[in-house]
Amino acid sequence: MQRVFNTRLLAFICALIFGVGFALPSFLQTKGPKITLGLDLRGGLSLLLGVGVEEALKTKYASIASSLDYAFKQQNILVQDLHSSLQGVSFTLLDKDDEKNVDKILEDLRKDGAEIFTTGNNYTLRLSFRKTQAYKQQTVVQVISTIKNRLDQFGLAEPTVLQQGKDAVLVQLPGINSIEEEQRAKNLITKSAHLQMMAVDEEKNEYLDSLTDEEIKKLGDVVLPYAGRGGQAYGHLLLKAIPILDGEMLTDAQVVYDKNNQPVVSFSLNSQGAKIFGDFSGENVGKRMAVVLDHKVYSAPYIRERIGGGSGQISGDFTVAQASDLAIALRSGVLSAPLVVLEKRIIGPSLGADSIKTSIVALIGGFILVMVFMISYYALAGVIASVALIVNLFLIIAVMAIFGATLTLPGMAGIVLTVGMAVDANIIINERIREGLRRNESIAQALHSGYANASRAIFDSNLTSLIASFLLYAYGTGSIKGFALTTGIGILASILTAIVGTQGFYQAILPQISRNKNLALWFGVQSQVSQRGRSGAV
Amino acid sequence: MELFKRVKIINFMEYSKWGLAASTLLVIACLGLIFFKGFNLGVDFAGGSVAQVRFVKNAPIAKIRHAFNEAHFSGVQVSAFGSEQEVVIKIPVGKVHKDLSTEITKILKPLGQFEIRKLDSVGPKVGDELKKKGVLSLVLAILAMMLYVGVRYEWRFALASVIALLHDSLITATSVIVFDIDLNLEVIAAILTLIGYSINDTIIIFDRIREGMLTKRTNDLDYVINEAISSTLTRTLLTSLTVFFVLLVLYVFGSKILVGFSLPMLIGTIVGTYSSIFIAPRVAVLLGFDLERYHGNELKKAKKKQEKERLRRQYEHGRV
Repeated sequence: MQRVFNTRLLAFICALIFGVGFALPSFLQTKGPKITLGLDLRGGLSLLLGVGVEEALKTKYASIASSLDYAFKQQNILVQDLHSSLQGVSFTLLDKDDEKNVDKILEDLRKDGAEIFTTGNNYTLRLSFRKTQAYKQQTVVQVISTIKNRLDQFGLAEPTVLQQGKDAVLVQLPGINSIEEEQRAKNLITKSAHLQMMAVDEEKNEYLDSLTDEEIKKLGDVVLPYAGRGGQAYGHLLLKAIPILDGEMLTDAQVVYDKNNQPVVSFSLNSQGAKIFGDFSGENVGKRMAVVLDHKVYSAPYIRERIGGGSGQISGDFTVAQASDLAIALRSGVLSAPLVVLEKRIIGPSLGADSIKTSIVALIGGFILVMVFMISYYALAGVIASVALIVNLFLIIAVMAIFGATLTLPGMAGIVLTVGMAVDANIIINERIREGLRRNESIAQALHSGYANASRAIFDSNLTSLIASFLLYAYGTGSIKGFALTTGIGILASILTAIVGTQGFYQAILPQISRNKNLALWFGVQSQVSQRGRSGAV
Repeated sequence: MELFKRVKIINFMEYSKWGLAASTLLVIACLGLIFFKGFNLGVDFAGGSVAQVRFVKNAPIAKIRHAFNEAHFSGVQVSAFGSEQEVVIKIPVGKVHKDLSTEITKILKPLGQFEIRKLDSVGPKVGDELKKKGVLSLVLAILAMMLYVGVRYEWRFALASVIALLHDSLITATSVIVFDIDLNLEVIAAILTLIGYSINDTIIIFDRIREGMLTKRTNDLDYVINEAISSTLTRTLLTSLTVFFVLLVLYVFGSKILVGFSLPMLIGTIVGTYSSIFIAPRVAVLLGFDLERYHGNELKKAKKKQEKERLRRQYEHGRV
């Protein structure tokens, strides 16, 4: 009547091989795709960082202003009141005759997407709306790649760096266990490493204490504090607001030792930076130039002669680790936007291990209970359902391993629910088969009508849950996503195992069941003969 | 083994009058609890920090409290967590502590050896976004489920299933207040699980009702519903029991870690099962579901189809 191997059974066997094959690496730590455990299960540090995209825009305008300043000085164009803010860059041209030259300089910027407004001699430069949005997005991408770069050089195992929402970045560092490690990693990630060379306003610096903020702004200056040695700040320095050059021109940074055998960070500049550096130092011999990192003055040595070659040093009271972290930070590029820690979660390794242990105990315990229950209630039909359930579990793990999905605690909860739901499909089917048997249908008939009737209800209920899982995955965050993912995969797997697979089984062994007719053994019900009277289910 | 050898039709529609009354009271009580007592928002939503600290010896809770007060931390809550050694320290949002782990270590150091097992700090902005996104995804999921049930069944059934769903989630969510559990992401996961479970249960019964309506030529809706619930009763009980078992194991062995998930879900399974039997079908009837009209509509639909078919044939004949 039926061949031993039917398509349904074959599909089930394929699923079994696939599931076990791809799930085993996760259990046995052999080669192959493994399921990634979420931080809540293995311990580590998770940081949600807000990216200050507005700040980035401000910096962008500042850097445009500094390149304009350089270009104007080179061509002897006199401008007044050159300054930048979140609104853009503005300046006033002093000599109307220079208009053509200014236009020439601005032309490049205009090509870059800048909008330039002029009223009389006042120029205002601003990035277009689209360009601004694009720049913000680019900033986030740049921040992500910089963080990745730094973590790579820091030598941490499997860090995850992902964009979250419009302007946040999620960094997950498994295996960070001590407070010291946590501090160091956090500092390395969030250090913006914004290196600037700034000219000291020597003439006015003497009167720094008597100047008001208003006056300082008018002078086109800023006041920055010295980086404290050992945490102690000691004074401020008056600097020209427009930096001589910016960290973007940096090509390399290394830890070297100075003559006192103190670690310092030496850096090199690209050719453009080297030229600006050289020109400035040549013209300002005898004056001071400040090395500013993240808006703190690290040193302000007097320029003795023109500095060619484009390299310099940052000296501070560094430990070797600090110097090496700073070098990594500088090398991997400036973070073009400041980062704010929005959320910090630390999970100790012992808690992670406990979580895994408890969830596995719960999962296996629940599993065994369900199996015992199914087998004692449905006899061999219960065994078939249990096999389907086991394959289902393997399938979930296999699919998650292949897609590199992360298993979290809520994900575990999703699996627990799937165990309940998958066994539900078989309960519905078995109940329908029993109904058919009670109506004195033949076993083949009962099986057929059982699956036909049950499939509709199972299909409806599974599809509804699947739609819900999909939406929760698409719009939810973090743990909601993890939950939706496992239930979604679980539902699909249960359609394959609990509905298709078990039916294949029955088809294959139908001749045996029909011959043997021991319904108590197969379906856990009394044989038909003793149930002459038709039951209520008419 | 068989639970019910013969399907005995139980008059669920009669009992569901009581069920409906009980549920109404329960819902009012829940709303009262929510409005007058309110949820204890956990850090995930309210922001702030929670540290889970395990001491080698028994944790000196009073001393820990004192130490935090000395260190000028205001509004710090210290409570035992699971075992004698473990405590949970809640620090409300407010003053931003840059390096909380270092601070906590400094404060607790004199009190004995300990380990920070977990430290969550969430800014208020994140909690806000989480709330918005969580609510959005929930509303969308519920709407989509309603749409699907509406298309496959009837709008009254869709509405009834969603009302049952809301009933279940409301009671489950409120159980969190009763058991004094913080509203955190685990609780949200539990409510999500419940939604999936509850709609499943309801659909299985609705499917049986629809089957009864189509196969049995009777206009006695109560009979059809009673018959449908009765014949799916074994399944409903079995499934609920298996899910309940799994959750019970999770609750008993999962210790305190998963309590935010397992305890509300235990309540949810009971409520979800009860509501799909006693509430959802009753609400569909209360919404004005009428079997006579349903049959009439079905008849009209069938006639329309026949008419169309006839017209099509005529048309084809005309052309041939």
